Amino acid sequence: MKIHEYQAKRLMAERGLAVPEGRVATTPEEAVAAVGPLVEAGGSSVVVVKSQIHAGGRGKGRFVEHPDLAGVNVVTDGVEGGVPSAEAKVRALAETMLGSTLVTVQTGETGTPVRRLYVEQGVAIARELYLSVLLDRATGRNLMMASTEGGTEIEEVADATPEKILRETIDPAVGLADFQARRLALGLGLAGDAAKNGMQFMKALAAFAAEMDTDLVEINPLVVTEDDRVLALDGKMGFDDNALFRHPGVAELRDEAEEDPAEREAGAYGLSFIKLDGSIGCLVNGAGLAMATMDTIKQVGGEPANFLDVGGGATTENVTAAFKIITRDPNVKGIFVNIFGGIMKCDVIAEGVVEAVRQVGLDVPLVVRLEGTNVELGKRIIDASDLDVVSADDMKDGAQKIVEATR
Amino acid sequence: MSVLVGRDTKLLVQGMGGAGRFHTDTAIAYGTNVVAGVHPGKGGTSLRFEGTTDASGVPGRDATYAVDVPMFETVRDAVAATGANASVVYVPPAGAADAILEAADAGLELVVAITEGIPVQDMVVVKRALQGTGTRLIGPNCPGVITPHACKIGIMPGYIHAGGRIGVVSRSGTLTYEAVKQLSDVGLGQTTAVGIGGDPVNGTNFVDVLTMFRDDPATEGVIMIGEIGGTAEEDAAAWIAEHLDKPVAGFIAGTTAPPGKRMGHAGAIVSGGKGTADAKIAALEGAGVVLAPTPTDMGAAMMDAMKRAGRA
Repeated sequence: MKIHEYQAKRLMAERGLAVPEGRVATTPEEAVAAVGPLVEAGGSSVVVVKSQIHAGGRGKGRFVEHPDLAGVNVVTDGVEGGVPSAEAKVRALAETMLGSTLVTVQTGETGTPVRRLYVEQGVAIARELYLSVLLDRATGRNLMMASTEGGTEIEEVADATPEKILRETIDPAVGLADFQARRLALGLGLAGDAAKNGMQFMKALAAFAAEMDTDLVEINPLVVTEDDRVLALDGKMGFDDNALFRHPGVAELRDEAEEDPAEREAGAYGLSFIKLDGSIGCLVNGAGLAMATMDTIKQVGGEPANFLDVGGGATTENVTAAFKIITRDPNVKGIFVNIFGGIMKCDVIAEGVVEAVRQVGLDVPLVVRLEGTNVELGKRIIDASDLDVVSADDMKDGAQKIVEATR
Repeated sequence: MSVLVGRDTKLLVQGMGGAGRFHTDTAIAYGTNVVAGVHPGKGGTSLRFEGTTDASGVPGRDATYAVDVPMFETVRDAVAATGANASVVYVPPAGAADAILEAADAGLELVVAITEGIPVQDMVVVKRALQGTGTRLIGPNCPGVITPHACKIGIMPGYIHAGGRIGVVSRSGTLTYEAVKQLSDVGLGQTTAVGIGGDPVNGTNFVDVLTMFRDDPATEGVIMIGEIGGTAEEDAAAWIAEHLDKPVAGFIAGTTAPPGKRMGHAGAIVSGGKGTADAKIAALEGAGVVLAPTPTDMGAAMMDAMKRAGRA
């Protein structure tokens, strides 16, 4: 699960990680009201107005309706004109940004509507660094990555100057050790108070990742201010969905408006669903088999419309829901049900499919391949219904039959 | 011969809820020697399992079975009373990591964790805690381990398996079933099929299982089934090129998976250009592995690999 920058910063602040002060705004009035207090608290007349969407690349992103306007804007009008000038500029920005659609490298061409802004104190930046904690699958441990190249996408740094990425593997029994934080601080060229503050930040961030069950926390940039403070100027976080049960406060931060409605509905039924661009709907049990089904459809000349894993513990109701989600996609010209029952029983799938068709009808071809636990029972249920179903002997046979039927 | 499990496996079941009881019943029907169960609040009782014997399982048994499995409060008690030497974990995600730690603490050599949805950070801690112990963890989020006609631990359908010559190792449950059925159909059969699970942090990786298959004289060939995400397949390819002179076939799922999307399994994700199917396929082909173009061709690919090696 992803959260917004303003939420990430609130969580960090609660756990002793230094961030600039800021206020979230959903209306121009709220944005304007934030300016005075932030200027007063920060001692700087500069504020920053940042679009809050889940996708990254906001600073370089542009609005569909306003091609010259960036997703993140620094307001310096207050330096000469005082708070009233800053407020006027923030109002103009907020009125334009709120409700407009931001396109970044991560949103796709259609972009994402901006519903919230974060108004933040300007900071006198001396240096921009990069810091993140992510899972290193090779070691089965969290890994802290740091770089002097703050403000640049880390993938670009990894391609162009891999030697500029510093890595420390975190032992879960120890956390990030002092010597590791010191090694990173040295590598980043931090000295004096900046080094002290940087090490403290690193240790707190490593603990944050382990305790809050993040699957990624990326601070880019982590800035060193002219007075040697170390602050998170941005904060990108993803949380392990499987651990949300022990972080109810994080679970509440879910912004459903940022998620695909079909994927969200599928999730509510315990289905794993990802929408794709093709025309052949897939209903499969098991993630590996679901991926392989997509691959096979493509190989015999078709394009899958979705990834859908009904999981091992699905009920007839779940399968019915899955079928409905697939048939609702107007691009779907045919459906391939591919089941190899293990923990999942073929008769449950068959009943779910029959029930779904009874409820919503079916006006596209349907190919069903059943194998595994209770396969004979499943086939009998399909045969006993008067559904217009083509049976397949194996996965490739089924993929060929559905591709042919949709030509 | 086989690896990990066989006729001498004495199985303990951790978590006798609905799923635990259902799969314990199918395991006993198959002929697995289930000696104990651990479930909070059930210590001192016993659970009765009875039904019709699975004819595809251990041979030479009666047509029906009726077994009383004694229940214990702790794994240590269960091991002391029954001599269990392996455990299977069906405990729900929130308590599963603790169940694995308890099994390791009791000195069990083999722990098979079926549970799907264990928090990743829990597994980070478990993996660290198991270092230096004698416990091997298979999974989590896996179908389990089966040696045909000897011992079935997990949720796989028993009847598709046939005793034979091929070791099976896979990150995906249902694709394991595909491979197993095809190997049975083409007459190669299996020595042991091992599901290592679809999570990003697991107890046993491809190379661990490939090493066991190399050292097992009954295993004449190996099929490995991978998927997108991580670099475990690339590591396996490098190891195969260096250390394995038995024929190997393979399949990689996820050629068409879009980047940045988690394909069901927590571990199945292409991110930052890493973990693509193409890179894995290239690495395995470079190591001489015969790749099946679709999962329907896995049996044929294994047969092809065996023929090339003069073993079929």
